[in-house]
Amino acid sequence: MEALSTTKQRSRISNSTLLFIIAGIIFFLMYGFALISFPGSFMQFQTFFDLFNFNAALFIVTLGMCIVMIAGGIDISVGAVCGLVTMACAMLLQSGAGNVWEALLLALGIGLAFGLMHGYLIAYLEIQPFIITLAGMFLAQGLLTTLHKDPLNVTKPAFVALRNFTIEIPWLGTVNRLGVFIPCEIKPGVFVVLVLVILYAVLMKWSRFGRNVYAVGGNIQSARMLGINVKKTLFLSYVICGLTAGIGGFVFLMTTGAGNIGNGALFEIKAIAANVMGGILLNGGVGNLLGAPIGTLTLLTINELIRAAGVQSNLQAIVSGLLLYLFIVLQSIVMSLRSGRKFRLTLPPWLKPHRLPEEKEAGNQG
Amino acid sequence: MLSEIILKMEGISKSFPGVRALHNVDFTLRRGEIHALMGENGAGKSTLIKIITGVYEKDAGQITIEGRPVQFKSPQDAQNMGIGTVFQEIALCPNLTVAENMFIGRSRSNFVKWKQMNAKAAEMLKSLGIPASPTQELASCSIAVQQMIAIARAVDMDCKILILDEPTSSLDEDEVQKLFALMRELKARGVGIIFITHFIDQVYEISDRITVLRNGELIGEYETAALPQIELISKMMGKALSDVTAMKKHEPPKAENSVPIFEAKELSSAAGVKPFNFAIQKGEVNGFAGLLGSGRSESVRAIFAADKVTGGEVKINGKRVKIKTPLDAMKQGIGYLPEDRKGDGIIDELSVRDNIILALQVMKGFFKPLSWKQTEEFAHQFVEKLEIKTPSLNTPIKSLSGGNQQKVILARWLLTHPMYLILDEPTRGIDVGTKVEIQKLVLKLAEEGMSLTFISSEIDEMLRVCSRLIVMKDREIIGELSGMNLTEQDVMHMIAQGGK
Repeated sequence: MEALSTTKQRSRISNSTLLFIIAGIIFFLMYGFALISFPGSFMQFQTFFDLFNFNAALFIVTLGMCIVMIAGGIDISVGAVCGLVTMACAMLLQSGAGNVWEALLLALGIGLAFGLMHGYLIAYLEIQPFIITLAGMFLAQGLLTTLHKDPLNVTKPAFVALRNFTIEIPWLGTVNRLGVFIPCEIKPGVFVVLVLVILYAVLMKWSRFGRNVYAVGGNIQSARMLGINVKKTLFLSYVICGLTAGIGGFVFLMTTGAGNIGNGALFEIKAIAANVMGGILLNGGVGNLLGAPIGTLTLLTINELIRAAGVQSNLQAIVSGLLLYLFIVLQSIVMSLRSGRKFRLTLPPWLKPHRLPEEKEAGNQG
Repeated sequence: MLSEIILKMEGISKSFPGVRALHNVDFTLRRGEIHALMGENGAGKSTLIKIITGVYEKDAGQITIEGRPVQFKSPQDAQNMGIGTVFQEIALCPNLTVAENMFIGRSRSNFVKWKQMNAKAAEMLKSLGIPASPTQELASCSIAVQQMIAIARAVDMDCKILILDEPTSSLDEDEVQKLFALMRELKARGVGIIFITHFIDQVYEISDRITVLRNGELIGEYETAALPQIELISKMMGKALSDVTAMKKHEPPKAENSVPIFEAKELSSAAGVKPFNFAIQKGEVNGFAGLLGSGRSESVRAIFAADKVTGGEVKINGKRVKIKTPLDAMKQGIGYLPEDRKGDGIIDELSVRDNIILALQVMKGFFKPLSWKQTEEFAHQFVEKLEIKTPSLNTPIKSLSGGNQQKVILARWLLTHPMYLILDEPTRGIDVGTKVEIQKLVLKLAEEGMSLTFISSEIDEMLRVCSRLIVMKDREIIGELSGMNLTEQDVMHMIAQGGK
């Protein structure tokens, strides 16, 4: 046992953990900045809970995307699938043909169908995930507009009850100007987020499948040599992502109560951005699943901040874009520093300050 | 030493379409021995290894493991029989922990028991003396340690036969010693180890026995202690081909105080050769001699900046210049015909004409395209001059024979009128007739005033063409031989004695 301790010399934290910690710090800095700048709104707990209440679907979709990204893939159909689910469920409920449970089954079914199809095509026919899920995105969007063009409000009583259902936290809240205590409210969708986060985090850390996902994302060739069923692992990751998008769609409907063509629009892009901000690398193999909700929170906080600042909404997108650049550059700097390489800002030759006379000559010849 | 035979291969033959890779080869591995498998490129080492590991099926012969005849249908079969392989390229996942890399893909359980796994891994690492922690991410280990972990995984899978294919090629001196310590530990446990390497000194340091292959045939099995280095080298290289047409070696112009056309000082590259000095005179043909893996190609690639240059300075006609990319080198009048024709040289789908004018076009810049007529003229001229056998100028180069492909690439460089041309294995895999043609062409070019560096695995070929040989061993220049009457013996002696 003595020798054991000697081998435990320099157990550095892993890249996944490091990036997760950085993502966490960035979120806290961001939220802290928001608290200082706009104490009026951000000091209220409800503001924090509302990030979850109104964006539960995005959190969920991001989780599924996270698994696919760790496996080294991408799924850009999730937003469209999510939107399709809201409309399909809304129609089912509104037509009176099905109850809430059947609508949930339909949501899971649609998500599963897309996941199975993408998983099969990507893992077993070895086609580029980007192209396959792009096709899936068009298909889902097309189906969505074919189903119903106009917004469809669900008025079925059982569903309305579910939509309006909120949980109050009696010991947490704010006192308004009239001196009335208003407790914080949480929507049921938040619990779905919570359950899925825990479930997926456990899956990625303690299940054989989860570890295989990391291995495949880290080095697919090596994973094969190590005896991992690479195809099955990839297949399952897309199935889970599709299924998660289906759940996300149902939660979306639970939040807004209406099917709409614009539902879930750009969720795939937001989910990718959120994951990157949460420290999940696009190259695969690196990232902590808990980074997905952290990244989503960062993304949403940025948006809330800009909204609170009262600037134009298109500035939101501009700032989000610039911050995303920053995150990605930061990540690659951290990663290259860790892999022992010295970080050097590489400039194209015509931008370099000094040119040696020989170099000029070399350039002039020939 | 009680030596019990663990693996016996008898009369192994294997052919691929048009190539006889192995012919009637025997190989015997005993329990607890380290057996080096030696041979130059194309000797059949890798084919033999692939047969042992079940990647290829043999055409003829018999394999017995511990006295039982076996028949491998897949790598999995071989693994199940206790054959573990660790390749030069480490097949582990850098983003997982050390313990995971040792156990992933082996358990059928759906859940990972981290505590148990880490404890088992710690025990294993300790008993093999590998300096790593089970919870460490693999990427944070040195390459040597990663290699050891791959070995530990193989050992834990009950391997009786361990194949190490070029395990030391990316390790430094210290790391090699650590790896050797592990190999000795396994040897003591009775594992039979097949060790493949290009480093002769390492073979003598660690192996008990050597099997030499050449051109797919068994040359012999020897006790390492009883085989002098010089004999090993001559066995690997074989006798000279006696197809020599009378060729007059070109004598470089005697001008002692003239400035070399190209000169490098302390040049080093990312590919890892020891920093070296090198110079070449106008009209000189020299060569880098040494066994495969001695750093021949790496040296010339550093000159051409084909690998990232990491240090040193370069002078052309006595003037300092910066050569950072192959394009810089080309602009300075340096041409380089790479060793790997398929990977670095030809562009498969393009026509003979396009392949010929490629380098010239790159040098002129893409905004000054050559006219169709010009390209036609140039291509036609060289097809005739070098006697390239092609149905037409528009034939895709991939449908030409190896020798003719090589001539096309040669034409590509000649068209740019380089003052210094580097030919790395220009005659590999081509027929004898074309070989001689290329050799003659080299001498003719030198007479016309071009400087050339000529590299070949066949020493006698280099002796015919080069007037000066730079001898390399283990990625270092160990000496220089010049004169008109060099013999193979001279070169082998120098390699065996490590210079002087």
